[in-house]
Amino acid sequence: MKYDIVLAGVGGQGILTIAAIIGQAAVSHGLNVKQSEVHGMSQRGGSVVAHLRLGSAAIKSDLIAPGSADMVLAMEPMEALRNLEFLSPAGVLISNTTPVINIGNYPPLPELLSALRTHANNHLIDGDQMAKDLGSARSVNMVLLGAMAAYLTLPEETLTAAIRELFTRKGESVIASNLKAFAAGRAAVN
Amino acid sequence: MSENLFLGDEALAQGALDAGLSGCYAYPGTPSTEIMEYIQASPEAAARGVHRSWSSNEKVAMEEALGMSYAGKRAMVCMKHVGLNVAADGFVNAAVTGSNGGLLVVAADDPSMHSSQNEQDSRFYAQFALIPCLEPSSQQEAYNMAADAFNWSEQYETPLLLRLTTRLSHSRANICTAPARAENRRREPSNPRRFTLLPAIAKQNYDRLCAKQAEFAELSDKSPYNLYYEGQDCSLGIICTGIAGNYVQEAFAGKCPHPILKISHYPLPQKKLARLLAECEKILVVEEGMPFVETQLRGPLGDPRILGRLSGALPRSGELNTRLVQAACGLPLPPLVPPSPLVLNRPPRLCDGCPHINTYEALNQALRDYPEARVFGDIGCYTLGALPPFNAISSCVDMGASIAMAKGAADAGLQPAIAVIGDSTFTHSGMTGLLDAVWENSPITVIIVDNFTTAMTGGQTSLGYGKIENICLGLGVAPEHLRIFTPLPKQHDANVQVLREEIAYPGLSVVIARRECLQTIRKK
Repeated sequence: MKYDIVLAGVGGQGILTIAAIIGQAAVSHGLNVKQSEVHGMSQRGGSVVAHLRLGSAAIKSDLIAPGSADMVLAMEPMEALRNLEFLSPAGVLISNTTPVINIGNYPPLPELLSALRTHANNHLIDGDQMAKDLGSARSVNMVLLGAMAAYLTLPEETLTAAIRELFTRKGESVIASNLKAFAAGRAAVN
Repeated sequence: MSENLFLGDEALAQGALDAGLSGCYAYPGTPSTEIMEYIQASPEAAARGVHRSWSSNEKVAMEEALGMSYAGKRAMVCMKHVGLNVAADGFVNAAVTGSNGGLLVVAADDPSMHSSQNEQDSRFYAQFALIPCLEPSSQQEAYNMAADAFNWSEQYETPLLLRLTTRLSHSRANICTAPARAENRRREPSNPRRFTLLPAIAKQNYDRLCAKQAEFAELSDKSPYNLYYEGQDCSLGIICTGIAGNYVQEAFAGKCPHPILKISHYPLPQKKLARLLAECEKILVVEEGMPFVETQLRGPLGDPRILGRLSGALPRSGELNTRLVQAACGLPLPPLVPPSPLVLNRPPRLCDGCPHINTYEALNQALRDYPEARVFGDIGCYTLGALPPFNAISSCVDMGASIAMAKGAADAGLQPAIAVIGDSTFTHSGMTGLLDAVWENSPITVIIVDNFTTAMTGGQTSLGYGKIENICLGLGVAPEHLRIFTPLPKQHDANVQVLREEIAYPGLSVVIARRECLQTIRKK
């Protein structure tokens, strides 16, 4: 088994948290993991991307080759489109639809979304709205993680256990709201 | 196998701790920062009392590590690639003194310049200093190499350079760890005079270092990190170094028909290399970084058998990936989605509410009447002042260059000449430039943007915290031209006024724009 995921977003949107949870869950499930991260200058509100690779055999490269990812997960639609070149034709695209508009000439959102829909297997989810409706606007990344869970060959309880572990120090209410966001995202993809 | 996922930086740090490390020395710099941060957060390092405080700059860190080695203990000094330029004096001469306790110099290179101003390749430095160099291909090798490096350093009485690259430094994997070894006790160097590089002693040391080269070459040939993989199709042989070997493995889906020489330990393993060159018609050199091996193999006339970055088989600059290796090997390439014209650049920017925003807004207004003015920038978050909407700085070259470049431009008659430098960069290597400007009372205005931290690399200790104005006064800045303001929107007019006055003054002024970094406040 091997599963390659490109995680994309804007600095501060929590893609490294998603990567850490899946990575932890995969390790506890006995899989090998490689997870390439972005540190440094690009974290300041710029485009960020992380490559997460899971496999039953040893994984060589830290990077996923363009055209070969099993999934692109984006916290933001323009970042989804930026990283679509990594996706294999048979792969799945999961993207948040709420844009982060921190540049002057941001493209029209409907055009971005229809460009994303040209990829056959796509799930476009308004994670920001869903998180807001749940009363936990900061858990958008957990909504998207929930949506990913439908495709990851990891038992859901290993993922929720990893969420619990990550947020342990923040207390029960933070854990609960993150788990609720995860469940909502999971329910959005069937 | 460990349950934790280790960054390459962290795997190396844990390897060093398990190998009996007594002191880590470093100045923060992407992608090396997490080595020291890991050791700072490590409970076992705390329990053992391993030295793990940041240094003022890489040269100081190098010398501190050499001092710990002199005293017989195992020391590691970590920096980004350009930090090795700063540390080069100590580094090259540490090769001449040799080590006592194990001495490991770590340089993290940044091919593709994700967070750097060049993509220099530290392997050249090891070759230049005549010492062995290690280049791990995985997190596990980074872990294992720490112990071997310390052992070899003590066996051969030489420092070793370990070269990381961004994609290994900042990629996580699970690793297997080994039982921890005890730290060294203090002990005298084998020959107490070899650390005193008077010409008469230095000549003897240097001859000894030259004589060691044959031993280093023999060690490379026996190294567990240099491996020869048999292959049936000898129309091509592949040399891959460090993480580049991973891309080669993936390009051929683990079934490469060609012989492969994987190199992670330098100087080049001569016997293995001779075998590959004898067996194969052409040689493809795949290396992350500059064409270090390829240059040596091609020779001055450019041997056409040798393919790589210089021959055009691979791009001359930038990081490698599996696809580039597939193309270089003539393998079929999977089709790609063409880039969409809807996708625009999203450059990094200063955080909302960042004090640097207020400083640049005040500076831009103060300079409105001076179209000839030039602002010399430096290395840090405030370098982002080069981008819109500020377009506020004209240069960014190396740590501390702002002050010295402003002075040099003023020497040439450029007026007004302004320097913008952060507090940590100032104590790293801005202070000496300021002393020059004090000596000549140069007509420049130095703005020290003091946010109490080393912000760009994630908020590490700034060693000048609470001391910046005393340092300036101690260097001889006139008290009446040392001004301090708070970069806040409500202070804007007053701050513009301070800047106007000091820019108009035909001598040296220092203006400290002081407000804490929002990111460090948030972390508290």
